[in-house]
Amino acid sequence: MTFDILLISLAGVLTAAAPVLIAVIGETISERAGVINLSMNGTILLTAMGGFAVALATGNIALGFLAGMAIGALVAAVVAFASITLKQSQVAVGFILALLCRDLSYFLGNPIMGASGPRLSSTPIPFLSGIPILGPLFFKQDVMTYLSFILIAAVWIFIFRTRPGLMLQGIGERPAAAFVRGANVNALRYFYTILGGAIIGLAGPIYSLSVKAGWKGTISGLDGIGWIALSITIFGGWDPIRAAFGAYLFALLQWLGLVLQPILPGVPSQVLQVAPFPLMILTLLFVNIGNAEWVERTLAGLPEPARRAITRILRALRATPPASLGVPFETE
Amino acid sequence: MRSSRWFNILMQVIAVALALLFTTLVLLASSAPPLDAFKNIIIGSVGSWGKFSDVLISWVPLLLVTAGLLVTFTAGLWNIGIEGQITLGAIFTTWALRSLQDSGWPPLLVISISIIAGMLGGALWAALAGALKTFGGVNEIFGGLGLNFVATAFNIWLIFGPWKRPGVASMSGTMPFDDALSLPALPGSRLSLVAVALAIISIVIVYFLLKGTYFGLRLKAVGKNPRAAHLLGVPTWQYMMVSFVVCGLFAGIAGAVQVTSVYHRLIPSISSGYGFLGLLVAMLINYQPIWAAPVALFFAALNIGSIQLPVVLKLDSTLAGVLQGTLVLFVLLADGVRQRWIKKATTQFEPQPMPLLENESGKDKSQ
Repeated sequence: MTFDILLISLAGVLTAAAPVLIAVIGETISERAGVINLSMNGTILLTAMGGFAVALATGNIALGFLAGMAIGALVAAVVAFASITLKQSQVAVGFILALLCRDLSYFLGNPIMGASGPRLSSTPIPFLSGIPILGPLFFKQDVMTYLSFILIAAVWIFIFRTRPGLMLQGIGERPAAAFVRGANVNALRYFYTILGGAIIGLAGPIYSLSVKAGWKGTISGLDGIGWIALSITIFGGWDPIRAAFGAYLFALLQWLGLVLQPILPGVPSQVLQVAPFPLMILTLLFVNIGNAEWVERTLAGLPEPARRAITRILRALRATPPASLGVPFETE
Repeated sequence: MRSSRWFNILMQVIAVALALLFTTLVLLASSAPPLDAFKNIIIGSVGSWGKFSDVLISWVPLLLVTAGLLVTFTAGLWNIGIEGQITLGAIFTTWALRSLQDSGWPPLLVISISIIAGMLGGALWAALAGALKTFGGVNEIFGGLGLNFVATAFNIWLIFGPWKRPGVASMSGTMPFDDALSLPALPGSRLSLVAVALAIISIVIVYFLLKGTYFGLRLKAVGKNPRAAHLLGVPTWQYMMVSFVVCGLFAGIAGAVQVTSVYHRLIPSISSGYGFLGLLVAMLINYQPIWAAPVALFFAALNIGSIQLPVVLKLDSTLAGVLQGTLVLFVLLADGVRQRWIKKATTQFEPQPMPLLENESGKDKSQ
């Protein structure tokens, strides 16, 4: 009995992690191409509102998700235009859009606030959902959670095992070399930024049409998720599988926060909900500290076995960003 | 050169016009009368002395954080952790006030100490972001974002835990402090001239620090090209740390003012988004301190002016944010278009600038 409840809860963690995970994968694609899409927090809010509004007006959930993708792609296109064509700071334009899209979503979403609309239902997969333990965990989910599973594998294979994926890595790492090999670096960067934006655009509607159904304006509890997703992208080391690990860890911690609530009555729920963040900083620290100069110097002074052990741990955790992340490319 | 100056102004005017056009379209999309909305914002911000004093109240923290952010921007740093620095400033101020409110010391002394405590709180949180960057290799944007969340959690924990109101804790904040423990306000208003003076002094200090001192010049070198500055003998990471701490001091004053002059207590959203808004102001003025005061005043006016929109026109007050965001976005885009045109027009006559050392890897010339 209690085991069943645990199983259902863990399946819920997988569902709750899906939007963050999909957003992280979209951002990973964009950053692999060398473009930081810092607008993510605003994009998720705007696509949540827009996707819900479209689904509400048409009664069609699929159209809601398509609208989210279109909005996400449009915002990403502005980032791409400002940074690739106009060579403005990616961080600046992304940050402005993060705030602008957030306020736009609250302003435009005002009339539909609190409206009850369509909601994505779960689609158990025949036969597979009957498997004990694995069935209820993985195969009694909704379409978007399945998509999140598929994206982890598909994007990993694309980036690391296909020729276009190799080129994607190339334009983010050494654009000049990719250019010499015949890649149109800036056109590809446009393409992958907009593709990444469209994928990020799915995250909002997953919230407003499934995980936190409806649009409740400033109390939707969605403000901040985009910033978390950005941190998980770094934690994930621009690798979809590692990113998935980060997203699930985060969702698990938030769920644990809820579970621990009755056990720790002295701690307000708002604190437990944000408890994963200090942990997130610590992990970011461990992921990045191997890149710091003084660490190498200190390690050099340690006895050989200790040095080798620590180096191995740091190297396993370490995440090095694409070498040309945030740097414009010029051909002349 | 003269023609490029006029071209620059023309592009700015076009950018502002486009921002207004975009906001008008947004208003039309939500079937609201645009002219009425704009009129309401103007009346709501400068229509009466009471409204305008509200604008000034909101101008103070915004100008304070903008002043601080100009220092970190000069060092080439994106101090997104500014929100948390305001929050910690407010927390430290509240802590000092709580500790000293029953001490019997003169109120002036207690308030002064609490503002200094606020400055320390802001500086501490900024130093943490700086340490994460310089010693941990954590980019200041991500370290800062994480610290913002931690600051919010800490704040809420204090309000609902150790510092809760007698009886029941609530989102409305801690128990208000005695009137004697707030910054002196003008009669019949919440506006404190002391707070206004603090903000003006701060931006003047930052202006002279950046424009008139050797420190400012070296900080600029660090921001433009850290590696070259390092080779020229500027202690790069120390300068970055100092700029974080200086920014944190100003953010801390902003937090202290929120507690001692605006809310008279600690509330969950004590930073009120001024930190992020300050980042927008700094970008809009292209990091030039001389424009900080007027532009921050304009942004504060938009914020206050839009407060009555929900009541009068049933519109959300985030219209101010939409207008502010589009304004900064279009000015940024217009600047990019201008640079692109100038570059196209001059590219045949002038040698290309050398790639920055810092970004060597990405700027490899391919031919």
